[in-house]
Amino acid sequence: MKELFYLFWTFSKIGVLTFGGGYAMLPMLQKEVVEKNHWCSEDDLMDYFAIGQCTPGIIAVNTATFIGYRIKGIFGGIFATLGVVFPSIVIITIIAAFISNFASLTVVSHALNGIKICVCALILDAVIKLGKKSVIDKYCLIIFFGVFIISLLADISAIFLIIAAGIAGYVLGKVTGKEQN
Amino acid sequence: MLVYLKLFYEFSKIGLFAVGGGLATLPFLYELAEKTGWFTTHDISNMIAISESTPGAIGINMSTYVGFHTAYSFFGLFGAILGGITTTISIIIPSIIVIEVISGFLNKFKESKTVKNIFYGLRPASTGLVASAGLSIAKNTLITDAAFSWSLPAILQIINWQHLVIGAAIFAAIRIFKLHPIFYIAASAAIGIILKL
Repeated sequence: MKELFYLFWTFSKIGVLTFGGGYAMLPMLQKEVVEKNHWCSEDDLMDYFAIGQCTPGIIAVNTATFIGYRIKGIFGGIFATLGVVFPSIVIITIIAAFISNFASLTVVSHALNGIKICVCALILDAVIKLGKKSVIDKYCLIIFFGVFIISLLADISAIFLIIAAGIAGYVLGKVTGKEQN
Repeated sequence: MLVYLKLFYEFSKIGLFAVGGGLATLPFLYELAEKTGWFTTHDISNMIAISESTPGAIGINMSTYVGFHTAYSFFGLFGAILGGITTTISIIIPSIIVIEVISGFLNKFKESKTVKNIFYGLRPASTGLVASAGLSIAKNTLITDAAFSWSLPAILQIINWQHLVIGAAIFAAIRIFKLHPIFYIAASAAIGIILKL
């Protein structure tokens, strides 16, 4: 029980620090899940993130369920997911009830402009850390740049890129005949 | 009461069919607005602005907001709080079920060569997607509205140098001190307010 509440608490922290969608959550996940609590490796986190993008639902929620399940089974998944949405419920309810002009407050927009710059720096740091683990040979480098450039230039859903990369990984494994880790 | 059941039904449907994150929920919300008249497209724009400027996943913030807003017009403040909880729980239920089933399978097959090979391809792709999302945010904050042309002064002008310098300083601090992200977020919010960014 204590562990379930700790999961809830940790994911609430991650939820409250996520500004700007699922991708911005990654630096927080690395810190809390990988570095601090050692719940999974950076590789596992990447796997969950990738599957979370091509399964139904919101990426942040899917990733939370994956990690929660890994640690404490079905209830772990439920508690981690409730944790990640809990701050949203509280904050949005307060704002909707009392501060409906929240987004047009100047102090909010100044603070957000500062936070946006910070989110860029945090994501860059996250990408460098992930890249060291995930881009391990020349094929990975090609997949990385391929996905990066296609998703920048073309209006194509991440789902197709993820599926294509999965197929590429499978085919490469067959062709080169070596087992990947 | 019926409204809560309808909210539950509509939002579990969104949770089941919106693939690819928070912004994927938007088309469903526009459709819902048209179908039910619970809220207007103007309300949606307002909700997006607030969801993007508050912590939390955008899709979740939107769900809580729509649930609150819809139930408020029927039942007042306390009914609205319940409405926000209803929609949020509804949108995450399909995710929890689908992901727990997939997790079960993954645990069983994670030692298989096929699964390992698939993930070998997925990981760099996932990293590429994160990099591309980061670059879109960077474009949004580091590039100004100035007209672009291939000349040095024009190129110098489209870069928001103040933001770039702050960003570089924060990045250096992240690499050197390795503190919890909360410190950098709090500090950058303070910098934003002090410098009126």
